Amino acid sequence: MTESNLYLTMKGTSDGIIVYLDDQCSFDQLLNTLKEQLQSDSLHHRTAVTVHTQNRYLEPWQQQRIREVLNDMSLIDVKSIESNVITKEEAQSWYDHTTLKPHVKTIRSGQVLHVIGDAFIIGDVNPGATVSATGSVFILGQLRGIAHAGYPDGIHEVVAASYMNPSQIRIADQLSRAPDYEMEGSHREFAFINNQSEQIELDDLHNLQKIRPHLTDIAERGL
Amino acid sequence: MGESIVITSGKGGVGKTTTTANIGTALALQDKKVCLIDTDIGLRNLDVILGLENRIIFDIIDVIEGRCKLQAALVKDKRFDCLHLLPAAQSSDKNEVTPEGIKTLVDQLKPDYDYILIDCPAGIEQGYKNAVAGADKAIVVTTPEKSSVRDADRIIGLLEQEDLKAPHLVINRIRKHMMDSGDMLAVDDIVSTLSVELLGVIMDDEDVIRASHHGNPVAFQPDTKASIGYRNIARRILGESVPLMLFEEEKGFLTKMKKMLGMK
Repeated sequence: MTESNLYLTMKGTSDGIIVYLDDQCSFDQLLNTLKEQLQSDSLHHRTAVTVHTQNRYLEPWQQQRIREVLNDMSLIDVKSIESNVITKEEAQSWYDHTTLKPHVKTIRSGQVLHVIGDAFIIGDVNPGATVSATGSVFILGQLRGIAHAGYPDGIHEVVAASYMNPSQIRIADQLSRAPDYEMEGSHREFAFINNQSEQIELDDLHNLQKIRPHLTDIAERGL
Repeated sequence: MGESIVITSGKGGVGKTTTTANIGTALALQDKKVCLIDTDIGLRNLDVILGLENRIIFDIIDVIEGRCKLQAALVKDKRFDCLHLLPAAQSSDKNEVTPEGIKTLVDQLKPDYDYILIDCPAGIEQGYKNAVAGADKAIVVTTPEKSSVRDADRIIGLLEQEDLKAPHLVINRIRKHMMDSGDMLAVDDIVSTLSVELLGVIMDDEDVIRASHHGNPVAFQPDTKASIGYRNIARRILGESVPLMLFEEEKGFLTKMKKMLGMK
């Protein structure tokens, strides 16, 4: 089912209806056409659509206008507004948040390392030291301090270390601390938030690909 | 041109000043020209341990503020001609000195000495910054206790930000039997945590306390466990490769008797 006039194209897909907006005309023209089209049509059911702006970049207020027009004049709900383009700023931030940042050094007591993206520490994290990352934390060395993955809300992130004997592990807003008695650490483990218990659990590193198969899939975590 | 070495620890009371006095003495025993600088202004101790308290006329603040010449403030040791001390001021505080001030002073001393040892105050504030400013190298002193290792780690982290060579480690006050029973951190664990080069280990020894009580650094004595440790450190600083001292536990009378009687 494809219905189109000069500026609007509608397409039915398995994910629902997508309304493509022309990306060459002016924004005012677009709004006017949208209004005209909505007045002439009469829907009887409430429908959710995805609006796709193609190669046009919409400012937040413009997106708001489109939502208003659709909501006010018809029974259409806007599921989301998609676009082929993003600003350089957004692209940079997306890149920053999805790339691995290597650090070749020992993080010592009192030092705090905050990383945007995934932290890759080649060295030890000593007692009293803190490493936090918006993504996951990977430590090729001993973790004896504090590691915080998914800061502030990435509940799917993990903390993995060659040797795990942390004083605390934090993932998103969850916290797990070492017991009060002295204990031996363990080799090649990772920490994650268990979906069922919603608590931080440790598991053997070779189970990581089963538990988090999309860990490094950037499309899953970005836009 | 001499080399300047700062002796620091972060934590107080682990034996910085004792280590400074003894490494200085041990280097002087090897005929090196050594100058000790006490930067613990307001809480000077180094002169007391060396037994030179009565000979102080001017101090480091007098030199920095231009009240006397540098040579006039240097106190010559009573045992060696080649060991000198630049004492700290007791009446001022650490904020009266700037890192630049200490650096200029150390640079002035370097041509005349083989080694300049800077005794650092505890803490990581102004006093620490002053002491580190003049140094080419650093020795970090720790004891086999968790708190002290934690602070040593912090200090090493701070030293890494300075323009210094990688710091060396001295582990002080080792009690062999407590290490063996796991009630104290083991030497290997400390070195692995701090990941720096180990310069030497010093056994816990009553002679150290006795010696500083009498103002005679323990490194003078030929045969105590601690003095051998300090002299080995001096030899390693001079570039010799000396194996780590084997610490034999001092055996009590009863153990000796048992051994003689074949009971053990």
